[in-house]
Amino acid sequence: MPDDLQPLQQGPLQRGPGNTIAPTGAGGAMDLAVSEAETLERPPGTGTIPGGPPGGPGAKPRSLWSDAWRELRRNPVFIASGLLIVFLVLIAIWPGLIASGDPLSCNLAKSQEGSQPGHPFGYDTQGCDVYTRTVYGARASVTVGVCATLGAALLGSLLGGLAGFFGRWGDALLSRTADIFFGIPVVLGGLVFLSVITSTTVWPVVGFIVLLGWPQISRIARGSVITAKQNDYVQAARALGASNTRLLLRHVAPNAVAPVIVVATIALGTYISLEATLSYLGVGLRPPTVSWGIDISNAAPQIRNAPHMLLWPAGALSLTVLAFIMLGDAVRDALDPKLR
Amino acid sequence: MGRYVLRRLLQMVPVFIGTTFLIFFMVYALGDPVAALFGDRAPDPATAARIRRELYLDRPLWTQYLHYMGQIFQGNFGTAFNGQPVLDLMAEAWPVTLRLTLVAIVIELIFGITLGVIGGLRRGRATDTGVLFLTLVVISVPTFVTGYLLQYLFGVEWGLIRPSVSPAAPLNELLLPGAVLALVSLAYVTRLTRTSIAENVRADYVRTAVAKGLPRHRVITRHLLRNSLIPVITFIGTDIGALMGGAIVTERIFNIHGVGYQLYQGILRNNSPTVVGFVTVLVIVFLLANLLVDLLYAVLDPRIRYA
Repeated sequence: MPDDLQPLQQGPLQRGPGNTIAPTGAGGAMDLAVSEAETLERPPGTGTIPGGPPGGPGAKPRSLWSDAWRELRRNPVFIASGLLIVFLVLIAIWPGLIASGDPLSCNLAKSQEGSQPGHPFGYDTQGCDVYTRTVYGARASVTVGVCATLGAALLGSLLGGLAGFFGRWGDALLSRTADIFFGIPVVLGGLVFLSVITSTTVWPVVGFIVLLGWPQISRIARGSVITAKQNDYVQAARALGASNTRLLLRHVAPNAVAPVIVVATIALGTYISLEATLSYLGVGLRPPTVSWGIDISNAAPQIRNAPHMLLWPAGALSLTVLAFIMLGDAVRDALDPKLR
Repeated sequence: MGRYVLRRLLQMVPVFIGTTFLIFFMVYALGDPVAALFGDRAPDPATAARIRRELYLDRPLWTQYLHYMGQIFQGNFGTAFNGQPVLDLMAEAWPVTLRLTLVAIVIELIFGITLGVIGGLRRGRATDTGVLFLTLVVISVPTFVTGYLLQYLFGVEWGLIRPSVSPAAPLNELLLPGAVLALVSLAYVTRLTRTSIAENVRADYVRTAVAKGLPRHRVITRHLLRNSLIPVITFIGTDIGALMGGAIVTERIFNIHGVGYQLYQGILRNNSPTVVGFVTVLVIVFLLANLLVDLLYAVLDPRIRYA
């Protein structure tokens, strides 16, 4: 048993100092993923070389995934959040499915009016239909969330995985670079970086989130690869003359990817929340993009007169973030039996 | 221990340089501070050139950076574009934000640890599931939404507090803003404590303590909590960065004239000396907090020291 625990103990300890800086920079929004990652740091080892049975390298990875899938299908939290996410993605692609109006056609005469037949959520200050804008707002949030997560996950796991696998100076360089990005609180960095950009598309925001998001994922990927590469079957494959590419792709990556998936799923929710915060501060998405953050920001000064203008987009935003975080939570529980 | 402290200090240096340079680069290289000084009007080229020379803006970026850092370590943060020394602005803003952050940390410690212990001891039961779900909900609702909602409910609907904070920002007026700022971190503290307690409650030393016949509260406070709070302490230290980022939002909602307010104004007006000065101090505070936590961690958990 002590032998079994050895690599796990080494993981976090080697990286003691770096590791403790980890949940930093991320101002508010990215924090959940980071703190979840903290709890994951040790378990990923346990999750990927599932605790007890050390044998059968060929069949094991499959069974972890099929176990997890069986677990997930019986989890009501997963089903609820999964259905909600499917629905959100659908209306992000085809908002016309449930909203027939145009989010940009407004009638000032109806400014701040409450709920009416055909317009269940009422009107905002500009006289736009709040229901239509809330539905159309899903697109910006989901796009930013998905693109930023994909970018950060790909970049982070590529860099972190390579650094963890090869070690040496590349590893040291990457860890110190990641420390620098962790040193910048996210909301603060967003204000500074994005305030100089004038583009009205979603891409600067996505780029910024990827820029500050990848170090977190790379840290998880690195730790997880270091744990995976110490396994006996990797040593055996190396002894049989497998190349580094083959070792990485066939043996290490499949056994190291689970924690990255979990952290990325949770991060998706927090990125959406971050985008809304940046848009609220006036440096994220800009009109004419329809975004919940912008709508909430515009509605906030009028909260005493017309709270409905704030409550509907805020509710939609919170529900979306909640759905992704709950999904991540369920996936983590399924992939990491030790935490249960 | 000495070697560990030294190593940590050395590691801090490149991070400090990298982070401050990145901020410096973004503010001075991508924005144009001199153009911002003139607002909408086009600056007279000769005047602009003179200002650039006075402000060291005509040198290469790295000389500017070195000059700026040299001045900072002599205690000179420069002058904001309205003529006020940045140091004066800081002297006004920092105590307010410090108080706000302290209120937030106290709130998140008291409620977070209590909820976490309750959840951890009843792992898997209804209370635990309820607490866990609640933390997820709290994390999902962005700070600016909870801020406006609570301000509306407490300040306007029920009239329990003043909706905005007076310039002096006394402690009692900071309670609600502090709670809003603390909420998300509170949820993390709860989850961390809960995981840690649930893990340790099955440890041998807890069983021994129970077997010795110690009363339950003593087992929990003396044996269980002591060992379970180590990750929480780490989190609090690193959370300071998040709290300061969150303060930008909270201070805007409740009209608190602290660091976040000054920073936001500085960025809106493209007031580079204010922005770089405040951000540099924030980064220093943040790195020091991390260092302190790492050292504390090494004291509490000897395994870190010998790694």
